Amino acid sequence: MELEKLRHGTELIKRGFAKMQKGGVIMDVTTPEEARIAEEAGAVAVMALHAVPSDIRKEGGVARMADPQVTADIIESVTIPVMAKARIGHFVEAEILQALGSDMIDESEVLTPADESFHIDKTQFTVPFVCGARNLGEALRRINEGAAMIRTKGEAGTGDVREAVRHMKQIQGEIRTLKGMTKEELIMAARDIEAPIELVMETAEMQRLPVVNFAAGGVATPADAALMMRLGSDGVFVGSGIFKAENPALMAKAIVEAVNNYDNPEVLAEISKGIGAGMKGISVDTIPDDQVLQTRGW
Amino acid sequence: MRIGVIAIQGDVAEHVESIERALAERGETAEVVTIKHKGIVPTCDGLVFPGGESTTLGRLILREGIDEEIKQAKENGIPILGTCAGLILLAKSGDSQVEKTHQYLLGLMDIRVNRNSFGRQFESFEIELDVSVLDSPYNAIFIRAPAILEAGENVKVLASIDDKIVAAEQDNVLALAFHPELTEDMRIHQYFLDMLF
Repeated sequence: MELEKLRHGTELIKRGFAKMQKGGVIMDVTTPEEARIAEEAGAVAVMALHAVPSDIRKEGGVARMADPQVTADIIESVTIPVMAKARIGHFVEAEILQALGSDMIDESEVLTPADESFHIDKTQFTVPFVCGARNLGEALRRINEGAAMIRTKGEAGTGDVREAVRHMKQIQGEIRTLKGMTKEELIMAARDIEAPIELVMETAEMQRLPVVNFAAGGVATPADAALMMRLGSDGVFVGSGIFKAENPALMAKAIVEAVNNYDNPEVLAEISKGIGAGMKGISVDTIPDDQVLQTRGW
Repeated sequence: MRIGVIAIQGDVAEHVESIERALAERGETAEVVTIKHKGIVPTCDGLVFPGGESTTLGRLILREGIDEEIKQAKENGIPILGTCAGLILLAKSGDSQVEKTHQYLLGLMDIRVNRNSFGRQFESFEIELDVSVLDSPYNAIFIRAPAILEAGENVKVLASIDDKIVAAEQDNVLALAFHPELTEDMRIHQYFLDMLF
């Protein structure tokens, strides 16, 4: 093969990778065994991390990228893509994850941020990034930094889908308000939401985000996953929802099937039967302000 | 005329848009439908498998029970296009990675495939590829792409990178390791539509 003819890490390849995940479920895993359960259930990818978000909440302390040995073991154990989380702004963790062979990096608010002002310059990487967002401005700023995929932040580790719903509706609603605006109105809108005008214009034209947009943060049941698909998500991340459920293998398979049958209540009813209890969860209301994860990132 | 895109998982919208654009280019009209459940495949005059995760696609095709419908469509001579994960599903056999994951294969082409043949995502690439049925190179996008390791004598090889076959056809089935639906160049889709019109 004439190596100089190959172009790696182009925008088309990064965004293209995210497009191949559409209609799928990406599952948080902490061990190779969990990764194999996820693959067997039909996950399109797994997210390697040292503890699922609900445990990160309980443990407290500084949450960092997962042990590279564990990430490497997970990569070795499955054939589907393996994603991994780096702290916001921690470009060295991201470089390590890329060197390990991670297929996508999640610059994630679930981990303790390493930089209070700047996100990672994602254009400098060969592998694509996914980032969280609560509104359109945040999503477009991340895309401008090179994110190839967006996910709603929701409120990770709660099993309470409310914040994921809020963020998805917020983003979709803001995109609808751009429809039919004149160029000068779009320029004002871009200023209001602190996003680059080029991306605002592209979003207004396409009437969707210019990259793949998944739901995340609180999805705990097949019904939650289907709800997010009905609201216009391209797919779903499930964090604590699977391996904190009573029967992870059944829950994983049911959520995969729910995403494929999100618009069919009869099938969803069948899928949701006899799969054991979902994660216990905590209502977002009861979380003290200083333990809220979604406000991390800028 | 009705063309169905298997819409269980993957870049379905991109294929739908590409087919519509290619149809417009040649001034033809056809209905493009998405297929998630049983009962639609038998109504289609052409079928497309998008890119996605082959393990997920294989499992859900079985669970939805559309595998037999697709095999029947092949027998009936319906043109079928498979890209990336689609190529894997069309194959008769696979390497150890395919076997390890109990990957479901439709077996519509006499080929043996290798998943993630070019490596992980950081090794994914674009290349100006020579395709035997096109008159100039084609900008081909390979994303964690598979490759064909061996092809039967009834299989016509359309493109290779070194010793790896990345585009091939057999009777009414066309398989590609890359993603023509991610670019504006419609020549590959036109080549497929030539089988229908």
